[in-house]
Amino acid sequence: MLWVVLIATSALCFAIKLVGHSVPERWLANARLQRINALIPIALLSALVIAEGLVTKNHVVVDHRLAGLAAALAALFAKAPFPVVVIAAAVTSALVYHLH
Amino acid sequence: MRDALSVALTVSVYGVAFGAASVAAGFSVVQSCLFSLLTFTGASQFAAVGVVASGGAGISAIAAAAMLGTRNALYGIQMAPLLKVKGLKRVAAAQITIDESTGVALAQAPRGTDAMRLGFWLTGTGVFIFWNVFTFIGAYGAKSLGNPASWGLDAAVPAAFLGLVWPRLETMYLRLVAASAVAFVLLVTPWMPAGLPIIASALVAVGFGWRER
Repeated sequence: MLWVVLIATSALCFAIKLVGHSVPERWLANARLQRINALIPIALLSALVIAEGLVTKNHVVVDHRLAGLAAALAALFAKAPFPVVVIAAAVTSALVYHLH
Repeated sequence: MRDALSVALTVSVYGVAFGAASVAAGFSVVQSCLFSLLTFTGASQFAAVGVVASGGAGISAIAAAAMLGTRNALYGIQMAPLLKVKGLKRVAAAQITIDESTGVALAQAPRGTDAMRLGFWLTGTGVFIFWNVFTFIGAYGAKSLGNPASWGLDAAVPAAFLGLVWPRLETMYLRLVAASAVAFVLLVTPWMPAGLPIIASALVAVGFGWRER
């Protein structure tokens, strides 16, 4: 299964890039398509924050990961650079995990 | 130069985070490195291994990654008339068409097309090298660390997604889209197989983008 995910993801992602370089501009000029496409990363990435930080299998679970996410959020509000955000989340989460 | 350094540093940390997340999801070090070489688009890679880690079906992982990759097609449409390359060079250009290379190329617009082209190729190849080297370091490191939760890696992955989406939330409207996606996932998670809520959240984007504001 893992090899299938790896190969199919790579093939599709490359094909998408190549399509962009190959089709005439007007093909993807549809205004609705562009509006939706601009919002997709925001919807999917937000969904992934929750799915990875608050979900186990198909239950909403509050555990050490949420403490890590809270630390990341605090770092983002403080305008910390990206590495600080991720490290703050990891350290906080690991601390809570071990204290528990 | 300072911008290039900050891009390189950010890509390095993301690369380590991806390598670690990929190994934590069950991929081998070799598979993790192949992801970065062949897929080479960060958010999609994170999504694919993220869905696998959450116990989702393979098809969900592939679909989530492909949907996050669609913006690269729009970047390609903008870059193709600028680069004007054919054959193998076009294949190479397509592979390095990502957020960073397109962003830098467009930012060079006031300095003319030569500067834009240079910005695209330099950033694209630079990110490619850094991303792959640091994926290996992250994957290899995570493999020797053992239990991901013990090192906070299971929180580093959602934090990385948060870091990816944060700079995009420029207006109240975009924040509303993000908040709706969050609410949507919390709501449907108990009713859907693992991984599916992530792809289904694209419906939130469709709902908001359907009509002109």
